[in-house]
Amino acid sequence: MSSTTVAKPLARRAARGGSRRRKWTTERIIFTTLNTTFLLALAAVMVYPLLNTLAISLNDGMDAVRGGIGIWPRDFSLQNYNVVFNMHTIYQAFFISVLKTVVVVATNLFFTSMLAYALSRTEFIFRRPITVIFVLTMYFDAGLIPNYLLIKDLGMLNTFQAYWVPTIISAFNLIILRTYIKSIPEEIIESARMDGAGEFRTWWQIVMPLCKPALAVVGLFVAVGSWNAWLDTLLYASGNPALTTLQYELQKLLSSSMNAGVNSVAATGAAASGGQVTTPIALRSAITMVAAVPILFVYPFLQKHFVSGLMIGSVKG
Amino acid sequence: MTDATVSTPVTATGLVPAPEPASSSRAQNRKARKNAAKGPKRKITWDLVWAQRALLAMAVPLLLYQILFKYVPVYGWAIAFQNFKPARGSSPWPGPRSLWNQQWVGLENFYNLFTGVMGERFIRVVINTIGQSVLTLTVGTLGAIVLALLLNEVKNLPFKRVLQNITYMPHFLSWVIVASMASVALSLPSSGGFINQGLMSLHIIDQPILFLTEPNYFWGIVAGTNLWKELGWNTIIYLAAITAIDPSLYESAEVDGAGRFRKMFSITLPSIRPTIVVLLIINSGWILSTNFELPYFLGNGLVSDRSETIDVFVLRYGYELGNYSLAIVAGIFKTIVAVILVGAANQAAKRLNQETLV
Repeated sequence: MSSTTVAKPLARRAARGGSRRRKWTTERIIFTTLNTTFLLALAAVMVYPLLNTLAISLNDGMDAVRGGIGIWPRDFSLQNYNVVFNMHTIYQAFFISVLKTVVVVATNLFFTSMLAYALSRTEFIFRRPITVIFVLTMYFDAGLIPNYLLIKDLGMLNTFQAYWVPTIISAFNLIILRTYIKSIPEEIIESARMDGAGEFRTWWQIVMPLCKPALAVVGLFVAVGSWNAWLDTLLYASGNPALTTLQYELQKLLSSSMNAGVNSVAATGAAASGGQVTTPIALRSAITMVAAVPILFVYPFLQKHFVSGLMIGSVKG
Repeated sequence: MTDATVSTPVTATGLVPAPEPASSSRAQNRKARKNAAKGPKRKITWDLVWAQRALLAMAVPLLLYQILFKYVPVYGWAIAFQNFKPARGSSPWPGPRSLWNQQWVGLENFYNLFTGVMGERFIRVVINTIGQSVLTLTVGTLGAIVLALLLNEVKNLPFKRVLQNITYMPHFLSWVIVASMASVALSLPSSGGFINQGLMSLHIIDQPILFLTEPNYFWGIVAGTNLWKELGWNTIIYLAAITAIDPSLYESAEVDGAGRFRKMFSITLPSIRPTIVVLLIINSGWILSTNFELPYFLGNGLVSDRSETIDVFVLRYGYELGNYSLAIVAGIFKTIVAVILVGAANQAAKRLNQETLV
């Protein structure tokens, strides 16, 4: 054991020194060139569909039907966005999507962290059975229709509650937070108790501030999941147009174009809204961008967190 | 402060290190670790329950909540034994109203789904689910391993980070958006189908292919779209496993004259093999539970023989057309198979993990 701990820094230093002095051999030049080319091509494949959608959304709708638009609009026009932002449904959907995401993130972080704190206490007598009951829900699912019937029988169908009440805790996030709380030194929690803090106070004032990195990760996962969800709207709220979401509106457009002969017919028919004319493919591209932009916007700020979050989760997944 | 006085001695016992497992036998090791994790056995007394009332107040309401929303819906399984008509269910009392006034038919729905009128279609549905899952899992795992190995060879760290962030990005886009972009990409050139356009300008094909109307392409389209969305994200875990490899292994291999590919195949791949195997096993437990969105969004009448999976069947045939009974039988089948497979897969992964890591 002790020999490896001594040898490791030495080896690392040697490796660093070695790489600095490593020569640009022919093999290395060829490999690096090929590898870089391949990875750049891959990156292009990853971003091209998005850039293409953006270009189509910024292109004149009638012109877009001719096809052949790459990553740059051929006939620049804000007409599609004009149409989208003149659709009352889209405003409504955007508002509900934001509201739903905010409420789901807030309730999830509050309740999941509270339960995670309770389950992280080794002295808690029912720790094990409660954890098992939660973890089993990662594998067991009563099914789509039974879940729908429960919401219906609870009288939550077509109400905003159906969006957040059934999903305030996910077992996966619970495990992430519990693992993180367990890594907090016991002395900190004990000293809070010495100062007379009860369990609720210890959780809210001591543990929560220390959990910020883990809360950021869980919040990100929950927010992305809620923003991206469409099935909850279809199942629980499609009877109430006031509760529609962006993803659901986009899904309706997609499925109508799929049904209309896989694009070829739908793309040539014109869609009119508020006196302004555009085409389904251009309209769909504009709504896609509206639905994707919040994710793409927060992504750079959050990307440093999620890798660490995945690692916390995989410690005890 | 009862909390403080009670919990301090308990945590104090928790701080006593667990006795080191002296025996080298694997089974005994496992047992010892289990005991250490459980901690000392304590009798549950009313005094203890009262002392922990704050913790109970935190946990029990949420436990009841979870039971209500995750386990109670099982009452809907009763519909599998009914000839269910959504309009019929109503009762003056609260509770499972949907189940009221329905006609009970025994196992008729089970016969109908597996062998009777729906038999042929349901077998196709199961084959589609497994086929799409297996193809997606194989392509996805191979792709992620290759990309992780190639990314690992990039020595320019800022470039590597940019590449990683670009490849992780599609993971965060919703399936609706991804399916929407896929449907455009795969359409005719006149509808913006840039895949057809690219293939034609490279003279690989002369005529555009209607990818989404050709049944034989559907599994491949599902696997390919999944690959695009999750490729980067799936490399995270392999890259982490690669970073954990002892650099001195590479050093000594270099001294022995090993080249780049030799090191890849003789050090990197064997070192991350446990990770690969465990992930494959765990993921194969979900074989019936994946693949919902893409077949639902991209599937259409022309390809439904290859596109329809169990979840799509439940949603399309069951929920949308109101045939709840048959759909719930399919759902029960899926859940039971999934629980068995996932349980077995986790057990296998646990055993393997122990044997490769201990």
